[in-house]
Formats: sequence, structure tokens, C-alpha cells
Amino acid sequence: MALSRDEIFNRVKDVLVEALGVEDDEVTETATLSGDLGAESIDYLDIVFRLERDFSIKIPRGELFPDDLLNNPEYVDNGKLTPVGLEKLQEAMPHADLSGFADNPDVSRMPEFFTVGTIVNYVERKLAA
Amino acid sequence: MRWIWIDAFTEFESGRRARAIKNVTLAEEYLHDHFPGYPVLPPSLMIEGMAQTAGILVGEAGGFREKVILAKVRRAEFDDYCVPGDTVGYEAVIETMDAAAASIDGTVYRNDAKIGSIALMFSHADQAATNLGLPEHNFVFNDQFMDLLNTYRLKSRD
Repeated sequence: MALSRDEIFNRVKDVLVEALGVEDDEVTETATLSGDLGAESIDYLDIVFRLERDFSIKIPRGELFPDDLLNNPEYVDNGKLTPVGLEKLQEAMPHADLSGFADNPDVSRMPEFFTVGTIVNYVERKLAA
Repeated sequence: MRWIWIDAFTEFESGRRARAIKNVTLAEEYLHDHFPGYPVLPPSLMIEGMAQTAGILVGEAGGFREKVILAKVRRAEFDDYCVPGDTVGYEAVIETMDAAAASIDGTVYRNDAKIGSIALMFSHADQAATNLGLPEHNFVFNDQFMDLLNTYRLKSRD
């Protein structure tokens, strides 16, 4: 039987509590991984590994966190995503709400848009696929 | 000099799991300070022993071409001490491995009784980040280290 969004959220929460050593109540849909939960770069891989195991899914690298795109000089100019880069990012991250990012697509702002809800959306889409 | 905290591999299954041992002896000076009159192997050194067991396991899986760096201690729990005279066993199992990183599930034994668990993550430095300014040569598995592996009778797959 398909998991409900609440069930997915609770399992994602368990993954984040384990991976980041945070408290249960800190993990909300809107909490950002880096800013609110203190995730560092290796933690993102840790989270991917744990999600793969816990949900029995395969997460191709760069699909959940498209950091390759944000580091690609073809799409970044002066620290900001180019219009083409922005389009690519939106295409690559249908699971993220990037509406506030387009006004000032400074790559350093990207972590502000990566929330717990982004992961839940991703897993939900992945399980439904 | 290398900072080596395992004495020998007792089991090695390429790409899957490895088990190494360390004999704890009062000839090791630090034990007289940790603690005076009550020598116990510091748990931090058991994490290092597991990291070396697991790091070699991960490195061997990639033919020792990658710079395998300990990136994260995911968990480290110990239920008991190891003291001089004990043989510590480190069993490392590769849980997940890809081009950029590997995660390890480890069990610590004292004379074959389980006394702890350690979960680690390793990064393949060049694959995970290209902008760290790391040297090109493999400073993890260098010539001196590869010679040491012969002592362990563990050789690289060609």
C-alpha cells in the first residue's frame, strides 16, 4: 500500500534525526537543511544513502540535490544562475519550490530553498513513479 | 611514521567486509596516562582503528586509486572497556558505496564479544570535491602505506 505524505514525512524525519543529530521537533516541513538543521556537505550524501535504504529507492547522484548544476560554470555567472541555468534547475528540481529564488538567483541562497518538505516531495514523487 | 591502530587483518572480502585486530599492551605509553593506575584503550582510538579497517576495505575496492578520507562518524557506541591483554576486533561492512562516498557499518569486539558499534562515512576526495586544493598524488595510500599492506598480506587487485 502506498505511503501517505504524513508517513513519508515521519520516516524522513527519522532519517534526519539520525543523520544530523537534531531533535524530533526541529524537523518541520519548512526547516531548511543547512540553515535550520545544520547539514554540511557530507551530510547530504549521508541523507541520500539513508533514504535509499529506508525507502528502498535508488537516488541517482545530483537528482535530489543538483549540486553539479550549481557548480557548472556554463550555468553560473558572477555567482548567479543564468536564465538558462535557472530553467535547468527548475527542470531538475520539480520537488522544490523555487518561486522566491528567481528574483535573485544567487547560488549562495540555494540552501534557503532546500527544506525538509523538498525531500518529502522528492520521495513522494519517487515512490509514485 | 604512520599512525596505525590495527595489527593485522584476519578476514577480508573485497568490496564487502573486513575484520582486523589490535592487541592492547601496556608497552603503549599513552595507556599510562589514560588513565594513571587504570589503563583503558580510549574509545577515540577504537574509532580510529575502525576507520583504518574500513578505509582500507573501501580503498581496496577501488584498487587504492581513490583518496579515501574519513568524512563523518555517523554513530559510535561502546558498552565496555578494552584493557591491556585484550584483543580488539574491528569488523567493517560496506553498507553503500558509490563514486563519491561509502558508508560503513562497524562492530567492535573484545576477545570476540561484541562491545560496541561504529558507523562511518568515507569520501572519495577527488570525486566529492574538486575545489579543495588537495595534492594530486595519493597521500592516503602512498608507497610507504602500500609496503605496509604487504605486511598485512593484503595486496591491491590489478
